[in-house]
Amino acid sequence: MSGRGVVRRLITEGATWTFLVLIIEMAYFTAASPGKFLTLTDLSLISQGAAPFLVMAIGQTFVIITAGIDLSVGFVLVLSGVVAGEFYLSHGAAGAGAGIIWVGAVIGLAVGAGWGLLQGVLVAWAKIPPLIATLAGLGGAEGISYLITGGSDVRVVPNKLVSSIGTGGIFGIQWLIVISFAATLIFGLVLTYTRFGRYTFAIGSNPEAASRAGIRVDRHLLKVYALSGLMAGLAGILDLAYFGTTTISGHPLDNLTVITAVVLGGASLFGGRGSMVGTLIGVYIPAMLATGLIIVGVNQYWQYVLTGAVLAAAVYLDQFRRRLRERF
Amino acid sequence: MTEPRPASAPWPEPEPGPGPPRPGTPLLEAIDLYKRYGHVRALDGASFEVFPAEVVALIGDNGAGKSTLVKILSGAMKPDGGEILVEGRPVQLSSPLDARRYGIETVYQDLALAPDLDAAANLHLGREIYLIPFLRVLNRAEMRRRAIIAFADLGVELPDVSVPVGTLSGGQRQSVAVARAVAYASKVIFMDEPTAALGVVQRGRVLDNIRRVRDQGISVVLISHNMPEVLAVADRVEVLRLGRRVARYSAAETSVEQLVGAMTGALDIADPGELA
Repeated sequence: MSGRGVVRRLITEGATWTFLVLIIEMAYFTAASPGKFLTLTDLSLISQGAAPFLVMAIGQTFVIITAGIDLSVGFVLVLSGVVAGEFYLSHGAAGAGAGIIWVGAVIGLAVGAGWGLLQGVLVAWAKIPPLIATLAGLGGAEGISYLITGGSDVRVVPNKLVSSIGTGGIFGIQWLIVISFAATLIFGLVLTYTRFGRYTFAIGSNPEAASRAGIRVDRHLLKVYALSGLMAGLAGILDLAYFGTTTISGHPLDNLTVITAVVLGGASLFGGRGSMVGTLIGVYIPAMLATGLIIVGVNQYWQYVLTGAVLAAAVYLDQFRRRLRERF
Repeated sequence: MTEPRPASAPWPEPEPGPGPPRPGTPLLEAIDLYKRYGHVRALDGASFEVFPAEVVALIGDNGAGKSTLVKILSGAMKPDGGEILVEGRPVQLSSPLDARRYGIETVYQDLALAPDLDAAANLHLGREIYLIPFLRVLNRAEMRRRAIIAFADLGVELPDVSVPVGTLSGGQRQSVAVARAVAYASKVIFMDEPTAALGVVQRGRVLDNIRRVRDQGISVVLISHNMPEVLAVADRVEVLRLGRRVARYSAAETSVEQLVGAMTGALDIADPGELA
């Protein structure tokens, strides 16, 4: 590839711009409050708070690359957490051992994956548009969460879960961070280097071409939505461990946060484009913004205004890039 | 068409037409295909032949049944009746994958490329090569290497096989689609209106591609509305009208007027009014 090709690709790659935004953001906050921003404690806290979002954004990245969308994520997180929480409650509650904790975690993951699969069936087989299929799934997951708990959170979770995954760590790094980054790395590799990832791009880019090439588009979409559900399930377990309680009404806007992150990361809502590195950056821009604004003493709610502006710019850039390409 | 008829044959006759001499067994042969959509007879006893290493043009007016015939022969559609032979043996083509197994590939009019994937990825779409087969980990370097060879074999110049094909020109995209078909076809490639969306220079490129493919020993079936183009590149021409083959010509011995006459029925001896 020629040097011009590299430059051209960097310019047209959405994630490059987003990365620049992140760098500027970090530079500004660091300059504005020397020695205060980006301390290790800051980074660790930001990363722990971002962990469930990052995990959900992994699944969302795959979904958005297929030109789909998953609105249900925050609510599937709650559902998985609730089911796991109820399981713990009836199996030793605060004193549950490692075995029970593992079983509960697997149940939570299975609930998420199952719910995602169900939504995948609606999208791939019933041909219901993803927006509607996952909106229906969102309502269902929320309703069932309230039905199971009667509307009050499960406030007792195994102490061992909280002290290990919730607050503990390995080599001085919190488990939440280790798990969310490991998942990002693994699925980033899957997206870039495996057939699964390539088919994800192909389907989002031109489903007709994928189908004619012999790819079983329906089956692949089932897997992608199931993966998104699985990731929401994982986020549910992390959330349960971090807060030590279910948070039934605490995630109404997670879906928008996650979608924002993925789109900021250069993924196209029209499908066919996106990257895990971009998504990682996209998760951290609003997260750092929130902390940074507090540190420099600006009202932290400016975070939403600024994130909105960057999001609009990112999508505009994506469309501009498409028009540029169609000129050829 | 008011072209005066030549005194001597070749008349475009219903089969068996005179046509050019047949060099042996056809590579691909359709015999008496029927296909109905409700009350419409898309194919009404259509036959069609492709011989080894030739470019045969399949022409006909809108609604003559070209698309239906191509869909059936590329496995995308099942006929209601009739027979398909590959190298003389009857076969069932119940899916495009079946057709591929017999060495038949199709370049669709819309090219069926994924614009966000690069040329190498498009070339191998659905036929990936693995580094670690168990984990379905792709061997990207090998696929890129083979893509470069495939394009070179076809004499196609692509600046870079690793840029998204959506950023390529129309002619280059066409080349990617053709190269993909050539890479996997061992017998026949169908090309449905391959130049319809292209400019003059790019048309020339596509016609060059078609000749190169034939020179590699693969037969090309060209579906086109553009008669001068047909005569420029085809070895033979088969004419479809109202779901039947009505004429076969050697491209060297026919003219645009004759082809149009056969397509529209102005030259059809089966029509009693014309015969008188």
